[in-house]
Amino acid sequence: MRSSLAVLLVTFGLAVQAQDSALDRRVANLAHELRCLVCQNQSLAESNAPLAQDLRNEIREQMAAGKSDQDVVDFMVQRYGDFVLYRPPLKASTVFLWAGPFLFLVLGFFLLFRFLRTRRVAPPQLSDAERARAAKLLE
Amino acid sequence: MKKLAWTLGIFVALVALLAIGLQLNPREVPSPLIGKPAPAFDLPLLTTPDKRFSEKEMLGKVWMLNVWASWCPPCLVEHPVVTRIAQSGLVPVVGLNYKDQRDDALPWLKRNGDPYQLIVFDPNGRIGIDYGVYGVPETYVIDRQGVIRYKQIGPLTADVVQKKIEPLIRELNGAQ
Repeated sequence: MRSSLAVLLVTFGLAVQAQDSALDRRVANLAHELRCLVCQNQSLAESNAPLAQDLRNEIREQMAAGKSDQDVVDFMVQRYGDFVLYRPPLKASTVFLWAGPFLFLVLGFFLLFRFLRTRRVAPPQLSDAERARAAKLLE
Repeated sequence: MKKLAWTLGIFVALVALLAIGLQLNPREVPSPLIGKPAPAFDLPLLTTPDKRFSEKEMLGKVWMLNVWASWCPPCLVEHPVVTRIAQSGLVPVVGLNYKDQRDDALPWLKRNGDPYQLIVFDPNGRIGIDYGVYGVPETYVIDRQGVIRYKQIGPLTADVVQKKIEPLIRELNGAQ
């Protein structure tokens, strides 16, 4: 009886722990996607700033309360703007951000081809005298 | 010759671009809260913990919310500026004591003066999160309808007050 109770308790404990670590993973995954506003080159997951800790706790609380990842992201964007997202959404104001690299790639190819075309020189033409000399050498 | 002009042109354009980039302050993140209703709160007062205050009590008035903490050196720097606005009577200034402790905040006020109409106490910074606070001090100008019209990130300076805040408050007070 006692041992089965112990088993039950251990199983229950493990289940709770598993649930906790799943939550931990979700919190960590999302925190990696969000920028810390204090140390702007670090994510919320990496930063040790007090605000980052608060926001990690906030994410955890909201997730524990059953909010989806998107709900939490919306919560952050409402307060701190798109700036908190490491992957900014495609909007009129961010079109150049997304399309810019491809535009530069196309521009680069265009310049490269133009450069290569102008560099192509006409094959050297031999004069009659040179031709005769070459023929002599080849004999 | 033409090639040289092109190269030089691109170089100058790039330098100009980088120069502009260096002038911008990356810490000034445009707040999405401008033009939105000020987030609701109902917090105890710093000085009298048994009393509470909510932003709704300021509806119908143009007011300023100044987020500060005793552990924040720039708050001390801007304190004379905040004091001057508050004492000029131009606008009521409400303080939000952010992630602080009473034992630190109250002596700070005693040392440096308390220009605030009242101060709400947000020890765990939960309301700070709602207001998108990330670097104290921060200051909000809120209109009669309770909409945030301006946000200053970092210390208020006499220059900002004169050029932005005073004209804005006059405009908001004028448009009845």
